[in-house]
Amino acid sequence: MTPTSTGTEELPFPGLRSGVEGVPTNEEPQTGKEYTSDQEVRWCPGCGDYAVLKAVQGFLPQLGLRRENIVFVSGIGCSSRFPYYLDTYGMHSIHGRAPSIATGIATAREDLSVWVVTGDGDALSIGGNHLIHALRRNVNMTILLFNNRIYGLTKGQYSPTSEAGKITKSTPMGSVDHPFNPVSLALGAEGSFVARTIDSDRKHLTSVLSAAAAHRGPSFVEIYQNCPIFNDGAFDAIKNNDTMADAIIPLVHGEPIRFGMLDESGNQTKGLVRDPATGGVKVAEIADVGHDALLVHDAHNPDPTMAFAISRLTDSGYLNQSPIGIFRQVERPTYDDQARGQISSAREAAPGTPTQRLAGLIGGGDTWTVV
Amino acid sequence: MTKQVKQLDRVIIRFAGDSGDGMQLTGDRFTQESAVFGNDLVTLPNFPAEIRAPQGTLPGVSSFQVHFADHDILTAGDAPDVLVAMNPAALRANLGDLPKGATIIVDSHDFTARNLTKAGYTANPLEDDSLAEFALHTVDLTGMTVEAVKQFGLSRKDAARAKNMFALGLLSWMYGRPIESTIAFLTKRFAKVADIRDANITAFKAGWNFGETTETFVVSYEIKPAPMAAGTYRNITGNLALSYGLVASSVQSGLPVFLGSYPITPASDILHELSKHKSFGVTTFQAEDEIAGIGAAIGAAFAGSLGVTTTSGPGIALKSEAIGLAVMTELPLLVIDVQRGGPSTGLPTKTEQADLLQAMFGRNGEAPVPIVAPQSPGDCFDAVLEATRIAVTYRTPVLLLSDGYLANGSEPWKIPDIDDLPAIDPDFATAANHALQDGESDFWPYLRDETTLARPWAIPGTPGLEHRIGGLEKGDGHGNISYDPANHDFMVRTRQAKVDRIADSLPPLEVDDPDGEAKVLVLGWGSTYGPIGAGCRRVRKAGYRVAQVHLRHLNPFPKDLGEILSRYDKVLIPEMNLGQLSMLIRARYLVDAVGYNHVRGLPLKAADLAVAIGNLVAEAEGIDVDLTSTPVAEEANK
Ligand SMILES: Cc1ncc(C[n+]2csc(CCOP(=O)(O)OP(=O)(O)O)c2C)c(N)n1
Ligand code: SF4
Ligand SMILES: [Mg+2]
Repeated sequence: MTPTSTGTEELPFPGLRSGVEGVPTNEEPQTGKEYTSDQEVRWCPGCGDYAVLKAVQGFLPQLGLRRENIVFVSGIGCSSRFPYYLDTYGMHSIHGRAPSIATGIATAREDLSVWVVTGDGDALSIGGNHLIHALRRNVNMTILLFNNRIYGLTKGQYSPTSEAGKITKSTPMGSVDHPFNPVSLALGAEGSFVARTIDSDRKHLTSVLSAAAAHRGPSFVEIYQNCPIFNDGAFDAIKNNDTMADAIIPLVHGEPIRFGMLDESGNQTKGLVRDPATGGVKVAEIADVGHDALLVHDAHNPDPTMAFAISRLTDSGYLNQSPIGIFRQVERPTYDDQARGQISSAREAAPGTPTQRLAGLIGGGDTWTVV
Repeated sequence: MTKQVKQLDRVIIRFAGDSGDGMQLTGDRFTQESAVFGNDLVTLPNFPAEIRAPQGTLPGVSSFQVHFADHDILTAGDAPDVLVAMNPAALRANLGDLPKGATIIVDSHDFTARNLTKAGYTANPLEDDSLAEFALHTVDLTGMTVEAVKQFGLSRKDAARAKNMFALGLLSWMYGRPIESTIAFLTKRFAKVADIRDANITAFKAGWNFGETTETFVVSYEIKPAPMAAGTYRNITGNLALSYGLVASSVQSGLPVFLGSYPITPASDILHELSKHKSFGVTTFQAEDEIAGIGAAIGAAFAGSLGVTTTSGPGIALKSEAIGLAVMTELPLLVIDVQRGGPSTGLPTKTEQADLLQAMFGRNGEAPVPIVAPQSPGDCFDAVLEATRIAVTYRTPVLLLSDGYLANGSEPWKIPDIDDLPAIDPDFATAANHALQDGESDFWPYLRDETTLARPWAIPGTPGLEHRIGGLEKGDGHGNISYDPANHDFMVRTRQAKVDRIADSLPPLEVDDPDGEAKVLVLGWGSTYGPIGAGCRRVRKAGYRVAQVHLRHLNPFPKDLGEILSRYDKVLIPEMNLGQLSMLIRARYLVDAVGYNHVRGLPLKAADLAVAIGNLVAEAEGIDVDLTSTPVAEEANK
């Protein structure tokens, strides 16, 4: 897995604007400490949220923006406590609604870097509607979805990403719900930036954050996050050194997609190929199909079909296999830029001071004068 | 032929036809002509929720009532003097509202066997004597329209569509309306389709000429302009005045408007109107639902905009949790509810005042929200400015309760002078406000202003004031999460006290009690102002005493309300609900208020209300009250 970009570097598409363009930058170097609020962090010991918080506190100084121009908005859930621990502007809002609040902030103010922190229940159950519409509209914000495949804060009910059959407090005989695959959902909602990363892999997490911040539009980042209290081990297969090579399918733009245990000569043994039978993609032994048959990952493909096909390789049951990395990163005009653009062109076309124009507006139409 | 001209002091006309017949436009044009002529007027559009209910049926009937006069009037009138009916269904649906002797003008063209059956007639009412008690004029409006516009080579269907303009021309002649504004309007409206434009103008003029020459109509009427205070006027609907009020609030506060909204009748026109005013920096965000609409408005408010969300009752229900968030985060926000008939989807296009208790209490926890209500279409402008003042000064969501009658009804509006509008100071926080023990300075987002109890509004981008807010209980001052029992008790009381303190900033109530001797007080709020005022005038005209007070502020109540209530033996509270203000007044002041309640989806009728007032006056003063001997004209209150 390789870092892809930093927030301030040039985008992959020349001439297009960065996600943080318009946000004032800081001349002085910053430290993670500056981003740490005075509030005591109150997640359970061993919670994956700690690692993500550390990674974000480590990354924000690299982004080099003025701290007062960063806003974190969250919904409700364990993960949604996140903004309290960061010394930026922030709002811990109501369950599921963070994307809508962030839409207001991002549209009202080009000079703010807007982040959403949400959980699998927050984003995909109660807030599913807001999530898909923020993605569809292409509002410039970065959405960090902490997926622990459980409702943490309410003490362990199954969530919309829990595997079917899961036994929880509210499903003593096993859940009969079919889960969402958050990446498939985001791609289906035409998300222009869709990625997945892991709480414990700080390097990958940071590289994805960096690319996400650089993207202008909603950068959707699913973070696999372990909840040791209510869903411990949900991601063991991809975290365990013995199994991770076979479990993680790393996606790197422009590279053939290959993974798996190394053979004697130190080469990965598996890769993704097109599957003529289904029209999708499948895992194949490189020895069987040859290196040239491997799919080369193209995150910039305007057509999301292949990204979607790759996303389907995620296990919907217990997670033994999952593609990780940036599935899709394409440019599309953002809602907020266009909304502001309409306002500035209307403003330019209207002469006079606001007060004069107000007098003209309310005094317009058919009028008559009584003397 | 010379025609007689009769003087009248006021007339109520109702235009009625199929939803596709253009009755709203016809009524609106007649209104504009009357406004420009200088009459006082009040209008009542009434249309079905279906866009095009089956043609010719009773549910498809759409109507527009306009009451115009040579004096100051308050309502759209209880019963029409003139009904213009474009088809049998329009006649049948409206006949019940007509008093004996009313004039009926019908388009005979549509009285075919098929249409009569559709409207539920077994016999043609134009041919039997069932309309004998009315002054009936049967005119082939459609036929004459088609004939008049023949030269433009339109299809018969397109030609016939101009019949509403023929009717308008005829009525304009009958009441001596100036026609220039309508010709200018049609010229502009159909600028891109020359033949349609010409057909409409021709039909309009043909209607006028028909009135002038035909022997069917021997009398035309003159209703002199009404004396009005000097100034420049325009006719305005409540939704337009409300939209302009929002733009004015933005200009007066220097805050850009951010409207987050989801379409719903009868509030959508505000979204439509504001979307045209981007040059004022207005952002309109059509959200995926009502929750997202208010969510985005709250986000924008946090970011320093004037956050606004517009909706009707069902939308308020969806927004409740988010309104609570705005209460907790103490952010300025305007929540505008253009009420309609409920519950549930209810009567989308009809008016009602049944969301008052929802506005007051419809949230979890102790979540007080200030409430203001406009009393007439034009007053929506001032009400929004007042709501903005409260929201910005006290850092709180404010609920504005308009309704369907105010939204779509119109009246002449004296255009205010911009210099007279209030200035609203957002007073953003720019510096630390608290000294830590180590001498460092810090920003405390919940440190309050001593007078207003408002907290500082520090917007992102302000260095040094980074802070987090949210829905969890705040510690007093520092604003960090606090589960401390005493703190919660304190904060709940403080949020209530902040809203209560708004009363300190309110002017004394205006008590309309001409000789100060009345024993009965009529207390109202919102759009019932007109009918209540007209009802009181009738009672006074008949020689009795009654006082009137109308509330702009429903939460908190003005400070002098209790004392005023205590001065009267009886308090009558007319509402288009089952007694919501009554309940609040009874609970708050222990006053045995009497309700007068109708939920018919229509404004209260002044005549009926006068009777109810009269009965109470009789009871309070121990006298007989007889209102029947006086004419029902709405006399000026002089
Ligand atoms: C309107 C509303 N409904 C329900 C809740 C209760 N609730 C709080 S968090 C939560 C689920 C959170 O799950 P998730 O988003 O996965 O976050 P996690 O705690 O796992 O990080 C629920 C149901 C609430 N706070 N508000
Ligand atoms: S319940 Fe789970 S997700 Fe929540 S803080 Fe504890 S470990 Fe973390
Ligand atoms: Mg969860």
